[in-house]
Amino acid sequence: MPEQQTADDRTGPAQEVALFLRERREQIAQRWADAAVFRTVFTVSRDEAVEAGRAVVEALAAVAATGRVEDSEADGFTVVREQLARTVRSRTRAGASTGQISAETDALRRPVTELLLDELAEAPADHVGECTTALAVLMGTLRLVMLETSTVAGEELINRQRLELLEIATPVIKLWEGIVAVPLIGTLDSARSQVVMETLLDAVVEQHARLAILDITGVPTVDSLVAQHLMKTVAAARLMGAECIVSGIRPAIAQTIVHLGIDLSSVLTRASLADALAYALQQQGARIVPRAVAAAESR
Amino acid sequence: MTHSTGSVSACLPIHSDLDLVRARQQVRQMTAQLGFGLVEQTKLVTAASELARNALVHGGGGQMECTEVTGGGVRGLRLVFSDRGPGIADLDLALSDGYTSGEGLGMGLGGARRLVHEFRVDSRRGEGTTVTVTSWAAAPPRPREGR
Repeated sequence: MPEQQTADDRTGPAQEVALFLRERREQIAQRWADAAVFRTVFTVSRDEAVEAGRAVVEALAAVAATGRVEDSEADGFTVVREQLARTVRSRTRAGASTGQISAETDALRRPVTELLLDELAEAPADHVGECTTALAVLMGTLRLVMLETSTVAGEELINRQRLELLEIATPVIKLWEGIVAVPLIGTLDSARSQVVMETLLDAVVEQHARLAILDITGVPTVDSLVAQHLMKTVAAARLMGAECIVSGIRPAIAQTIVHLGIDLSSVLTRASLADALAYALQQQGARIVPRAVAAAESR
Repeated sequence: MTHSTGSVSACLPIHSDLDLVRARQQVRQMTAQLGFGLVEQTKLVTAASELARNALVHGGGGQMECTEVTGGGVRGLRLVFSDRGPGIADLDLALSDGYTSGEGLGMGLGGARRLVHEFRVDSRRGEGTTVTVTSWAAAPPRPREGR
């Protein structure tokens, strides 16, 4: 039995931990299956969570057996890295922060430490200390591996969201026959303004729009570049026979544009989307009147 | 006006479009905290956007330093944009409206000057450009003016 190993054997405690992990594999996996980091990810059945836990225990045992408990690059982790990455991705998608995932991984340490202490109940105190330290370091390394994958997962998430934002933030809304509106929200950087221009010009063709309203209520800053993008979009739409109205110009934005010295006189502007719609309807020969007025007129 | 200058409370790198967004957000947040009115907030944020973009596009990247300042009982925000780019060859020309060395409207530098209360450019050819701007929160309204 490993208890006979001497305390000054350098790889002793780690290898004993490896042996313990292999022998108690089932028990550890059963306990881990109830921990958040497994339970919330492997939701199909408890067996699935136990299976995932078993794979992690085996990986930890393999790492411990080589004595490199502090090495997050240890070969033993290779087999479970994909599974851990999947776990982290799933938790990140569910809205868990890196700190939460770290805490959830740390929660795995307690059940396995308790089992180890049971196992070593008869062993001398300093030996128990060495083994629990080796296990603690190993579990810390597992946490590090998780966090490394979570950073990668976070970057993937950001890139995906950035693409999604490009798509989401530029819907073209048909307000009336021949009138479309594009509510602009957020920062109009070059990539976004390109998407805006393309979707607007497509809509002009598809919807046979003669009037297009660009609403900038949701654009926090209108600097010279944003103004330039707006003017280019308006000019391109004009070439296609559609007139653009820029609406949603707030008082602070209007004053800023004037101080900045940008000449937007070539662009038709209105304070609100409602004003822009009223103007557009008028251009289309339509008019919104209260029912009472309409009744009086028809008489 | 005697100015007392606080310590630099934020220093943001400007190396990408995303940094421009961060710079704008930082200025917006700080001006709101300092009690700037909405118009003055918007003006300084817009000026910061122009100057940060200049540092990125013409200076090849740089940084923005934000410092809270106090003068005559009024609080203000000083922004220092610095880059190590080629510098500005003709400052008067660069400040004139409509002149651009790139593809922009040519309103950035001159426009930014009109949006802030104090404006200073230090540029040395081959060594880079530093633009320092300061805006003040409007003096608090006198009691009789209150609604």
